[in-house]
Order: sequence, then structure tokens, then C-alpha cells
Amino acid sequence: MTLTAQEKVEGERTASAGIPLVEIRNLTKQFGDRMAVRGLDFCIYPGECLGLLGPNGAGKTTIIYMLLGLVRPTSGKISIFDESIPERLKHVKLRIGVVPQADNLDPDLTVFENLLVYAAYFGIDRSIARERADDLLGFFALKNRSDEIIQHLSGGQRRRLLLSRALINAPELMILDEPTIGLDPQARHLMWERLEDLRSQGTTMLLTSHYMEEVSRLANRVLILDEGKIVAQGDPGEMVANMVGSEVFEVADSPEKLDALEETLRSCDVDTEKVADRLFIYVREPCAELETMAISLCHISKRPANLEDLFLKLTGRSLREK
Amino acid sequence: MWLLFYKVWLRNARVWRKHVRASLIGNLGQPFLFLLAMGFGLGRQIPQIEGVTYLQFIAPGLVASAVMYSGSFETMYGSYTRLTTLRTYEAILTTPVSVEELALGEIVWAATKGIISGLIMLATLPFFGLIPSPWILALIPMLFLEGILFASLGLIMTALASDYEFFNYFTSLFITPLFLFSGIFFSISAMNPVIQKISLALPLTHAVNLSRMLCYGRIGPDWPIHALVMVILSMFCAWVAIVLIRRRLIL
Repeated sequence: MTLTAQEKVEGERTASAGIPLVEIRNLTKQFGDRMAVRGLDFCIYPGECLGLLGPNGAGKTTIIYMLLGLVRPTSGKISIFDESIPERLKHVKLRIGVVPQADNLDPDLTVFENLLVYAAYFGIDRSIARERADDLLGFFALKNRSDEIIQHLSGGQRRRLLLSRALINAPELMILDEPTIGLDPQARHLMWERLEDLRSQGTTMLLTSHYMEEVSRLANRVLILDEGKIVAQGDPGEMVANMVGSEVFEVADSPEKLDALEETLRSCDVDTEKVADRLFIYVREPCAELETMAISLCHISKRPANLEDLFLKLTGRSLREK
Repeated sequence: MWLLFYKVWLRNARVWRKHVRASLIGNLGQPFLFLLAMGFGLGRQIPQIEGVTYLQFIAPGLVASAVMYSGSFETMYGSYTRLTTLRTYEAILTTPVSVEELALGEIVWAATKGIISGLIMLATLPFFGLIPSPWILALIPMLFLEGILFASLGLIMTALASDYEFFNYFTSLFITPLFLFSGIFFSISAMNPVIQKISLALPLTHAVNLSRMLCYGRIGPDWPIHALVMVILSMFCAWVAIVLIRRRLIL
């Protein structure tokens, strides 16, 4: 599900050896009296997929917009490909591909025309653009939809076209802002396969998503943001193991029973969390009492700890609605 | 720095080609209906005005008004839709096209639509028995300038708009009064001096005057003033539009 050991080693080697593709130093953005981003520092290294996680309003989109020059930083420094942003924006954008959160395809144009028009913004020669568009439509299983108007495409086809469009300039850095938002599982899995192909070809990626499974699967390093700051970062598997544990038990029962259960677990190396009438038990070391209890209780489930557990632990369970 | 603006122009032209008929009817319907109603209908009961029939008198001004309507409506309803619903601007700004090039491309495209409407109106004038003078060739760049002016004003409105209703202010309080009081339908020189001064403050007046002069080859002594006003106003408004669009898009 996550990366193999060898991939991880490779990821770290490039990370430690490489010159960063993106370097962000002490980046701050203030909108009126709201601090959207507070003194961020991070890098993206060649060949890695960096996952950016955070609840709504954590500053993910603001960071992406600052990388693209659509939001001007209040203070701090951004450089991409060793070029300063926003001064050298035009040159840098030639080498970046962006999959936006919201569909912004041209609805009146055909699939093929969408790619050609977009290629023109990069000044790509028409014959090269046609060739690349052909290849990309093949790769993303859209070839038979080439002359279709966008309005007639399904959600999954639109998303795949957005991804094809982002690749028309053969970018060295991909920025993926919730690339599978609103897709059904079939369409999402197809997107993941394609993104994994791109990653194995060495394309550097910055990925934001609310789907933890997506991030676990694609990212080899994760930044968790909350209120404009980094609250944790590292290899997703290691972070989950270190900060949450190996397994999670979920028990649903009456409050009295849950209280009693919590009491009996004091001898175990576990964290517990009560949410409504449900007890979450995060297990670091295997615990005999718990295993015995698991057999006797009927409303109990056991599963491996995952990124979502870590995310909720770090950013809390309260809703982030303005 | 400004070269990629024509890629934006090309994108708009490509989309427009798919809706040519509806777009032209929308842009040309009103000036044509006015030409018919006022020129043939009312014109029959009106004696000659400035030495030409009423139909001949109003036709050049209606050409200028067609440019005004096409140009400004494209950068209001068209551009606002691309900015909001379609998110076209967001897509373009993730490419090497800068926000200045984007705004310039929108203005030049809307001016192009304006001039297409103006030229179609001009081309139909012979069917109404109006034979234009060779000076008409000089009218074409003038109509393009007029297109830039009204496209820029429309884009300024888009930069300030929070919804489509906002454009009603501009249309009702600015475009419609210009249409009625810029000397298209009556001779301004016959008005009292105060009204003459006021009408000179209206940008469309200069376009109407130049259009009438060049249509009939009767170049008046005040043509340089009209031309200068058009040049200065169009450049200034284009600059303001670009600044305001940048302010709206780059936070």
C-alpha cells in the first residue's frame, strides 16, 4: 500500500543529495488580519512526491497560489528551479504542470482543442503539441473522446483530461491540488495508477488531498499543516507508527461499558480517545488484555493504524468551518 | 513581456467561431433595428439634416454604436463569465501567460469583436442606398481604437463586479445615455452651447463625429481633436483596466 523499502531508501538518497527543486523560506501570508501562512520552511526534492495535508483553511491552497504567483507573499522567499518567485515567474511556469482543484477546462472546445489551446500558452510548436496531445490522450484512455465537447464528458474523464493538460509542457514539477476530488472509486483508482506511473518516471510532485488513502499511496513525504504552520512532517508510514501506533481498535458501546474498558487498559501501552459513544484504542505494543476483550465484545473492530488517525490526532476532530 | 496576449486572443477567437451566428445577431440586432425604425420609419417624416437624409445621417453613428456595444459587452458578460463560472483566467494564469498579457488579450479580442460588428454594419450600408467615400478606409483603425476604449471600460467593470447585476449600472447609466446623446440621432451643432460642451465630454461623440466625416468624406476642421481624444482615452482606459484586473486576480 505504501512505498517499498527500496523506494524509501532511494527517496531519502535523492532528498539528502539533491539540490531542492522548490525552496521555501520563512514564508508568510496575511489576508487583512488573518494569518493564512505563518513562517513556513520546506523544500521539495527532485523525484519525490510531497503530500500537503491539512484541514480546510490550513493554508494549502494559499501556498500553492504563492508558488504560482497568484498570491504575493507578505514576507519570505520562494525559489523554484533555483529561480526567484515572483520575479522569474514566466520562466518557472514553463516547467510546471498544474492540476487545479476546480474544473477549468474550456467547455465549448473539444478534448483535443483544450490540449492545443493550452499548449499554445506555453508557446509549444503546433506539430509538437499535436503529437504530445495524441500521446497523452492515449495514456489517459481518452483517445476515443478526442473530438468530444467537454460538456459531454464524465467527471472522471474531465479529471483525466485536466491531468493530461497539465502534462502538455512535459513539466519537471507537477502541482496537484486535490486531483481526484469528486470522483467515484473506479475513476479515482485509474487516476492513482497514472500518477504512480508518472512518479516512477521521476516526475516531482506536490500533492494536496483530503483523501488519506491517496496521500499514503502516492506521497513519499508528508507535511501536515494546521492554521498556517507545519505540525508534523516525514515519511507517512513512520509518522503513523511513531505517533499513533500499529493498530487501532474501535469499540461501540454504552458510556459505562466504555469507561470500564478504558480502566482495564491502563496496564497496556495504548492511547485511548472517546468520541460520542465510540472508543478508539491506539495500540503501540500488542496487548493481551485487549486481544482477549476483542473476542468477547461484539461491537469491536480492529484495523491497522493509518494516516487519517494521525491527521485527526494532530489537527483535532472539530470542524473547520468559517 | 507582452507577446503572449495574442494566445488569449486566439483562444477567444476559437471559442467564438463555434457560436458565430448567435454572437453576431446579439451584437448587430439592436443597431440594425434602430437603422430600420428610425431611418426608414421616422426618417420619412424628417427633412434633410446637415445636407443628407435622416437615414444617411444616423447610419455612421449606428456603426460606431455597434462597436461600442460589441466591445463593452464582450469584456463585461464574456470576460466576467471567464473570470468566474468558467475559471478560464485561473487556467491561463497557471501557464506562462502573465496577468497583463491576459488582460490585454481580452481587450484586443473584444475590440476585434467590436470592429467585426462595425465592418458588417458598414458593409450593409450600400443596400440602404448609402455609397461610402474612400475615406472609409481611415475609419477602420478609428473603429478599432473605439473598440479598445469600450472593451477597456467593460473590463474595468468586470474587475470591479461582484455579480452580473453590477453591469446594469454601467449599461443603464453610461452606455444607453451615450447611445442616445452622442449625436447619433440629432445634430449636436444645432443644440445650445452648453449642451454642445457636455456632449463633447461623452467619449462616443468623438467616434460618431469621425465616423460621419469619414463615411461621407466630409472632413471637418475639428477631426484632429476627435482623433486625439480617442487615442488618449483608449490608451488610458486600457492601462486602468490592466491595473484593476491585476489587482483583482493577484492577491
